[in-house]
Formats: sequence, structure tokens, C-alpha cells
Amino acid sequence: MLRHLTTAAAVTLALAGGAGIATAQDGPFEMQIAARQGIMAYRALQLGTLGAMAKGEVDYDAAAAQKAADNLMASVALDGSMLWPQGSDNEANPKSEALPAIWADGSDIGAKGKAMVDAATAMQAAAGTGLDGLKTAMGEVGGACGGCHKAFRVPQ
Amino acid sequence: MRLASVIKGGVAIAALGVIVAWVVTRPDPLPDDAFAGLTPDVAHGEQVFWAAGCASCHAAENAEGEAKLVLSGGMAFASPFGTFYAPNISSDPDHGIGSWSMQDLGNAMMRGVSPSGQHLYPAFPYVSYAKAETQDIADLYAFLQTVPADATPSRPHDMPFPFNIRRAMGGWKFLFFDTDWVLTGDLTPEETRGRYLVEALGHCGECHTPRNALGAMDRTRWLAGGPTPDGKGKFPNITPAALDWSKADIIEYLTSGFTPDYDSAGGHMALVVQNTAKLPETDRAAIVAYLKKVPPVE
Repeated sequence: MLRHLTTAAAVTLALAGGAGIATAQDGPFEMQIAARQGIMAYRALQLGTLGAMAKGEVDYDAAAAQKAADNLMASVALDGSMLWPQGSDNEANPKSEALPAIWADGSDIGAKGKAMVDAATAMQAAAGTGLDGLKTAMGEVGGACGGCHKAFRVPQ
Repeated sequence: MRLASVIKGGVAIAALGVIVAWVVTRPDPLPDDAFAGLTPDVAHGEQVFWAAGCASCHAAENAEGEAKLVLSGGMAFASPFGTFYAPNISSDPDHGIGSWSMQDLGNAMMRGVSPSGQHLYPAFPYVSYAKAETQDIADLYAFLQTVPADATPSRPHDMPFPFNIRRAMGGWKFLFFDTDWVLTGDLTPEETRGRYLVEALGHCGECHTPRNALGAMDRTRWLAGGPTPDGKGKFPNITPAALDWSKADIIEYLTSGFTPDYDSAGGHMALVVQNTAKLPETDRAAIVAYLKKVPPVE
């Protein structure tokens, strides 16, 4: 429970700091888009802790790695149903980088989302057990992030 | 009398030109004994397969996991010369390359010559693969025989005249088929391995080096980036002049796809990372050692 409260607080902070407090007047789906981007920034923050260890920039710290992996998992487990309403794509609002293909017929967004849950679960299981496991899980998380971004994000 | 001489001379020069053109544009396959005495290592062949990035273009689009080994082709490459389609290179004997010999694969990859003796278009990066070791080609050949067969027919390239004249590629090769290493001088064993992975198998320069008006890599601006062939985007400059990430940052990018900001690789590079992630960490470190060694180009 405490972990979820912490997550919610951090997401709120990311929103306030990164995107400004969105209001419904700014454009279609403004608040959903800001919330999504805040969650992405929150994940990058946790991955920064894990990645610094994977790269050897900081010494491996099992407790810190576990905390970051738990936070990542919590962000992945957030209910997405209010975040991704039909049509909340970059054609509706250019502030979003989400492609309409997410909602198109035959979209495998569900499978891509499950891959992210699986990868975050694997990271949560591995992060506190040693650096090698963390590095392996980092590759899986990266693959899951990239899988969705490649298919469903505006090309960078 | 004088006019006749001029005409005769002109005809002679034209005839000589035709002969020279015929010789210059002739496909130049490997010697028959190029693979003599080599014993293929199929496990190492899989490493070569990922290092050479075969699946990124020849697997069906959006294939993941095991489906990456179904090399049915079909990916489109728009260019100023027409649209190329990656062919089926599965082990299917009719629609793939299952009936090819090791020599056939060697000729395609190292000389840009098909089994029927025609020039291949350099959208297939044989200009890079030509620098590969024949042992690696032999190993790759053994591995490619183990991937699934798929009967999807290869889609013909969509090339307008005059680019549809394959013989003309002989002239292109005469001008641009340069198999010398770009980075020369004293290199450590790690940098030498990195050069092999970047310049030969990984064919990084095929996208990251700008091309001239005839589509050849500009070796004077090696890895300095440039426009995409469809003109809509840019390949980034990955020389030290622009790529200022730490060695650890680049290794992580080639392992998990995460940038230093923990965004993820996009576009075709996401596919490349799927390959580099499968290499030994020492190979990724070698690639980075090489990238830190190439001359900076603004």
C-alpha cells in the first residue's frame, strides 16, 4: 500500500514538474496524454537507477535495485483503462506521440502490454538477486519498451 | 577520304568502348576454391547471422522471437532509384536459397553476384560483406540451412529504366566497390574486432555513411550520417564529433536499446539492437572501441 502511495505521489510530481498541470481546456485528451508521459518519465527514473548498475557506473546495491524494480512494476501495474481512451492519439493532439495504430483493428497492443508486464515481473524477481540477473532483465525490459515504441510511437 | 578515316576511327573507338564496357561490367565471381578446406561451424554461424543482421531485413516485418528465423523477405526499401524488396532467403529450395551452394552464398555476399551470374543491387550490403572472412560465410551457410523453409515468393524489385539493367551495376561496382578497410593504422585487437563487426558484418556504414548521387557510400564522411533514402528522415552521425555518449552508454544501448535518458531505440535501429543484444558482450565492447577510434566528422 505504501509503495502504491509512493508511486502515485511520484507520478503526480512528475506531472507537475515535467508537463505542468494539464487542464481539459488545452486540447483533446490533454490530461490523459500528460499522465501517460509522466508515467513514462517515472519509469525512466527507475530505469536510470537500474541502468547505472548495469553499466557499471555505480556499484551494485541489491536494496536500491529492488526498490527501483518494485517501482517499475508498480508503474506497469497501474490501471491503463483511463489513460488510453480510444482515439487519444497524435492526430487528435500533436502533444501525444501515440499512433492511431494502437486502436486499429488487428492491433497487438495487448500482447505488447503483456510483454512489458512480463519483463517488469522478471526484473522485479531478478534485480535484488545479483548484477548478472539485473543485466539480463534489463535487456528484456528494453526489448519490451522498444517493441511497443517501434510499432506504436511516432518515429523519432 | 578524310571523312572516311574519321568515321573509321570513330567506329574503332566506339567498338573499343563497347569491349571495355563489356569487360568492366562483367560479373566477377569468387575463385572456385574460395571455400576449399573450410569446415563450417553451425553454432558460430548463428553468431555471424546476428552480427550480420540478416533477420532485420529478411524476416517478415514485425516478426518477433522465433519468427525472426522465418526469412520470408518482403521488407520494402524506397530509394531514388526505385523500390527494393528483400527477397526470401529461407531454406525453401524453390522460393528461398535452400538450393544454393556455399559458393553461391559467397558470391552473393562477397561479390554481389547471383547464382545465375547476374549483378545484385547494392541495397543488399555486399560492399560491406565483401570484407568478411570466408570462414564466417561458411559458418553462416551452415546455419542458414537450419532455419525454417517458407514458400512465400520473393517480390520483384520495382526499378524504372535505366536502373533495371543489372549489367549496368558492373559499371557501378567498377567505380565504387571498394573493399579496403576505411579505418587503417595501428589498432588494438579489440579495435580490429570492432572494425570487422562495424565495417564488414554489421554493415553500419550502409545507413550511417552518407551516399553520393549514384548511391555509393562516401568513405570520406564515414559514419557521419545523412538523409534516409526516402528523404523523409536522417540517419544520425555516429562519429565522435556527434556521438558523445560514454562507452558504457553505447554498450547499454546495443544491449537493451536504452539511450542515456532511458528512452528506447526507434525505427530500424530497434531491429539492429535485437541483433547486437545477441552478441557476446566483448563484441559490443569492440564495436564501441571502434566507434571511439573513427575520425570525427562534423
